[in-house]
Amino acid sequence: MLSSLYASFSLRRNAVDAFRVNVIHARQQVRSPVTNIARTSFFHVKRSNIWLAAVTKQNVNAAMVFEFLYKMCDVMAAYFGKISEENIKNNFVLIYELLDEILDFGYPQNSETGALKTFITQQGIKSQTKEEQSQITSQVTGQIGWRREGIKYRRNELFLDVLESVNLLMSPQGQVLSAHVSGRVVMKSYLSGMPECKFGMNDKIVIEKQGKGTADETGKSGKQSIAIDDCTFHQCVRLSKFDSERSISFIPPDGEFELMRYRTTKDIILPFRVIPLVREVGRTKLEVKVVIKSNFKPSLLAQKIEVRIPTPLNTSGVQVICMKGKAKYKASENAIVWKIKRMAGMKESQISAEIELLPTNDKKKWARPPISMNFEVPFAPSGLKVRYLKVFEPKLNYSDHDVIKWVRYIGRSGIYETRC
Amino acid sequence: MTDSKYFTTTKKGEIFELKAELNSDKKEKKKEAVKKVIASMTVGKDVSALFPDVVNCMQTDNLELKKLVYLYLMNYAKSQPDMAIMAVNTFVKDCEDPNPLIRALAVRTMGCIRVDKITEYLCEPLRKCLKDEDPYVRKTAAVCVAKLHDINAQLVEDQGFLDTLKDLISDSNPMVVANAVAALSEIAESHPSSNLLDLNPQSINKLLTALNECTEWGQIFILDCLANYMPKDDREAQSICERVTPRLSHANSAVVLSAVKVLMKFMEMLSKDLDYYGTLLKKLAPPLVTLLSAEPELQYVALRNINLIVQKRPEILKHEMKVFFVKYNDPIYVKLEKLDIMIRLASQANIAQVLAELKEYATEVDVDFVRKAVRAIGRCAIKVEQSAERCVSTLLDLIQTKVNYVVQEAIVVIKDIFRKYPNKYESVIATLCENLDSLDEPEARAAMIWIVGEYAERIDNADELLESFLEGFHDESTQVQLQLLTAIVKLFLKKPTETQELVQQVLSLATQDSDNPDLRDRGYIYWRLLSTDPVAAKEVVLAEKPLISEETDLIEPTLLDELICYIGTLASVYHKPPSAFVEGGRGVVHKSLPPRTASSESTESPETAPAGAPSGDQPDVIPAQGDLLGDLLNLDLGPPVSGPPLAASSIQMGAVDLLGGGLDSLMGDEPEGIGDTNFGVPPAAAAAPARLGAPISSGLSDLFDLTSGVGTLSGSYVAPKAVWLPAMKAKGLEISGTFTRQVGSISMDLQLTNKALQVMTDFAIQFNRNSFGLAPAAPLQVHAPLSPNQTVEISLPLNTVGSVMKMEPLNNLQVAVKNNIDVFYFSTLYPLHVLFVEDGKMDRQMFLATWKDIPNENEAQFQIRDCPLNTEAASGKLQSSNIFTIAKRNVEGQDMLYQSLKLTNGIWVLAELRIQPGNPSFMDLELSLKCRAPEVSQHVYQAYETILKN
Repeated sequence: MLSSLYASFSLRRNAVDAFRVNVIHARQQVRSPVTNIARTSFFHVKRSNIWLAAVTKQNVNAAMVFEFLYKMCDVMAAYFGKISEENIKNNFVLIYELLDEILDFGYPQNSETGALKTFITQQGIKSQTKEEQSQITSQVTGQIGWRREGIKYRRNELFLDVLESVNLLMSPQGQVLSAHVSGRVVMKSYLSGMPECKFGMNDKIVIEKQGKGTADETGKSGKQSIAIDDCTFHQCVRLSKFDSERSISFIPPDGEFELMRYRTTKDIILPFRVIPLVREVGRTKLEVKVVIKSNFKPSLLAQKIEVRIPTPLNTSGVQVICMKGKAKYKASENAIVWKIKRMAGMKESQISAEIELLPTNDKKKWARPPISMNFEVPFAPSGLKVRYLKVFEPKLNYSDHDVIKWVRYIGRSGIYETRC
Repeated sequence: MTDSKYFTTTKKGEIFELKAELNSDKKEKKKEAVKKVIASMTVGKDVSALFPDVVNCMQTDNLELKKLVYLYLMNYAKSQPDMAIMAVNTFVKDCEDPNPLIRALAVRTMGCIRVDKITEYLCEPLRKCLKDEDPYVRKTAAVCVAKLHDINAQLVEDQGFLDTLKDLISDSNPMVVANAVAALSEIAESHPSSNLLDLNPQSINKLLTALNECTEWGQIFILDCLANYMPKDDREAQSICERVTPRLSHANSAVVLSAVKVLMKFMEMLSKDLDYYGTLLKKLAPPLVTLLSAEPELQYVALRNINLIVQKRPEILKHEMKVFFVKYNDPIYVKLEKLDIMIRLASQANIAQVLAELKEYATEVDVDFVRKAVRAIGRCAIKVEQSAERCVSTLLDLIQTKVNYVVQEAIVVIKDIFRKYPNKYESVIATLCENLDSLDEPEARAAMIWIVGEYAERIDNADELLESFLEGFHDESTQVQLQLLTAIVKLFLKKPTETQELVQQVLSLATQDSDNPDLRDRGYIYWRLLSTDPVAAKEVVLAEKPLISEETDLIEPTLLDELICYIGTLASVYHKPPSAFVEGGRGVVHKSLPPRTASSESTESPETAPAGAPSGDQPDVIPAQGDLLGDLLNLDLGPPVSGPPLAASSIQMGAVDLLGGGLDSLMGDEPEGIGDTNFGVPPAAAAAPARLGAPISSGLSDLFDLTSGVGTLSGSYVAPKAVWLPAMKAKGLEISGTFTRQVGSISMDLQLTNKALQVMTDFAIQFNRNSFGLAPAAPLQVHAPLSPNQTVEISLPLNTVGSVMKMEPLNNLQVAVKNNIDVFYFSTLYPLHVLFVEDGKMDRQMFLATWKDIPNENEAQFQIRDCPLNTEAASGKLQSSNIFTIAKRNVEGQDMLYQSLKLTNGIWVLAELRIQPGNPSFMDLELSLKCRAPEVSQHVYQAYETILKN
């Protein structure tokens, strides 16, 4: 194992030893991501089998340290792929160089890979002209540190992915105990120059504000708008503008980045409803019937559907009959796993199983863990819709209409459980 | 091309080979060699021997090679300071390089070389770089000032770099501003007194502007710096808050937390009835919830901070309980923190959900987590009364699982539930007793023993159960031993006939066979109580216990306020002030929240008060967990429930007393009387004994009284109140008292306690004839009827004009007290010194003549043993009790004091006191007394002894 260490100067190798003995080789699992050994605080993050540790003796900003460690991982991943022992050994000079650039005396500096890649390359630096040099420095320190100037594409194109994970906890009677969607808008931009972008969605607050002018529109679009509980943005988004006008405007980094994250809890479209029926027949037999109903437009198709029905620990045998897909009892997981490749909207499917039980003396009743589900649907369960993404680049001769835009919605199950 | 091969060369003669390669003419080969050197350095091999060779490679236009060499230099310059000088020239030259990247690199590296000689050379290049045309160089130079300050603070100040750094706050480039702010903040932290970060509305405005433009990291530096600013009024605070709130939507959690810190701090200054205050509260919740979707390590930091925020302002997250529900694959540190916050947010509205969750958690695998979950159920029961029943049944279910640690944890919390809701859930005791044998942890054993002792009357075989514990008494931990002792005493008091042997056994185990002073002391107290006054013992040991508070592990309010100022930092993660884990002077400046504005103070409604309320509740908080020892002590020896009102009433009475007795006599006397401090008992001291209440008549109250005696050092010595008439003998009336002499008047300080069930009225007092004619100077005035459990303090003025009859002993006083119930008689001994009058100072000549005149057979000799006082102290003490020193003489290293005193009936007593000063090992004083009435000598000697020893 290798620990990459950055530190203030009074810390020496014995700190590394202390960390190795007390954290990496500690018998217990990690009880806290911050460990204090002899008045020295260690922040640690593990990626596969690599520990990244930050060390300090001061009262530093702990949140910043962790954010930096993650950022460090992102930067390394952007340069040489997976963070593994092998890759770190192969690139140690590069890592030193990167660390030197993104961290100075414990203060994180510009850590946007877009900017870093302009002057830290694996090939060694070609001698730049004076203009190039000052361009680099002004970009690294400038307001738009995440994008370099002079990017050119023959075809201006952008991709928007709305990725949502829908979470549900439902009672056996079909009452929603808790439900929320956490979503991300990921953008891939291949745009020339320094494009000014404006992103619009069916945010309730915006729609209602606009709707004030035309009365009938409010009634119509009001239904389609969604209430967003909270959202956070990539640093390219002008937050003060969002705060005052709730408009999302930015100059995007080149390539892929996460534009925003959001959370909603109201009016969530639950793509599936699970109706469980469990009957105990005597002490040695259970009858389980589970119906799933798809609750979306018939034209859409859900994929990778998996229903997991837990079975008691003393199960001796299971017989399953399902109308669609394949179902199997997996003894090692104490569950019946039912898989369906595809399912259209407004359909219904059923599984029934007979579970044979071994007689036990165990007084403790079976806790009946919830039935969980996995799936993927081609819409956003929160109801979020992208209304527009406008691109303006005043200096170059392409307009918003020339940009090819793609939007895709993917809704996945998070923790989607129904108690039985 | 990969670098991993550099790690594999471990041949012998490696250094030698490297040396050759470093001096190679080929550029590529040189670079390869340096890489190998760095690789060796990274894994901890000593390659310092190559220093000159590596430094030789420094002069190159290849940036990558240069960086490697610099890296090497940073590592080894300290161990090779002389050779490091060789590099200086190149540094200085590089600082002038046309390429800004190289200029910055040079200044960055130079700051990292901690060699004094080099720092001197650094100053000029740094000065230039701070004013460089390129922002990249300036932002690097700004950090370099902080580095240099760390090495040589004086140098930085002398060179005026701090001023330059301050100028950079107004730089046009946001990153330069951010780094300058970061550097200044760090420097300011090590100079708490300096006014480095001279923040004013103008500079704040600049920072707020830069906040919108700089990198995420820069935003953190600026927000952390803003948090140190103190706005001049609420309007300024609000305008800053308005400009900081957009940061709550940042993707970087550290930016969000630092913004939360600024808002939490400045919110203190906003009035609560401001619309904006409510808006701000609403705006804070969603970002805090969003932090919980970050990576686990950050979640942990966020949760530790939310824990503080929830304590400071519970209203922010009160509706967000669900987001703190534990997820199956959360790391354990996240789970434990979430659980903590769940308990804090538990309320009547959400308790059903919380309980259902907690029950799930109690079946998980991680032992710590399960324990905490079980405890949490108990805390819910105590916090939300409506849920108590459900909690108890949940706990019983858990006990049925027979999982050892679950059972033990459940028993510990059930004990607390019993205390919170007495006489409600005792039906479960039988179930608990079934699990007696499986308890192997001290806390659980102690809790179980407490339960058995407390409810001994309902447990048929309580004696057997306790006896079984007693067998291994000496192997138990202290808390179990203490608990066992108390429990058996309780049992004895409840079932005295069957358990005499048991109590004897435990008392002797505790007092004779134990080395633990706590245990021994408690044993003795019980022993003495039981042997002298079983009724009192019952009242003490079986007294009703104060209720336990619902919030147990709240952070102490001042610490909480300080920690709020440290949101996001390590201090908030550890929940400790920085001084607790940071070495040296740095970061030890105490931060505090801005004072609340007056407007908000007055409008603070009781409903929103809880944030501040814990401070008021503090005295009631008994640590329910962790500190069982303290808990138990409180439990057994605490005042009865009537304690607080009792204390209050007696304080009142004390005040009345002072006004009535003290002031009146002052008015009559010459004003200097005040200066003489013959003022008797100050109110606080008078209240102190009363606070403990009469029930604790033996050891403990003596301890308290002693301290009150110290409080009156300057006055005439007042003996502690002693019980003169126990309640048993007087149909529930208990009288304790003492005698005082203040400014020439004698009084009898009485404390009457009604321990009967009926109200007492019509008090009166009479003295029998006595040796000095003491008699009440006024009737006994009890202003109001004395209701059950009430105590009054009365000071009864006395005079010496009553009928005289010689008593045996001389200072015996027989008293009769009457009330509506009956007439009671008791007798007491008064200390003679209350009779020593103020004009007892005899003229010197007179003293000599009288001394000679009194026949020698009237002289009595006494020894006052173990009295380590010097002459002045002794003389001073005696004087304040009206024994006057007339002359002092030194004979053969001994101080002889000649003293006189006069009794109220005109009898003079002359004394010679022999003290050996400066000999602490010889602490006995010799006293010779001469008096025409030799029978008083014995009592005068006793007075001497009491005065000198107290």
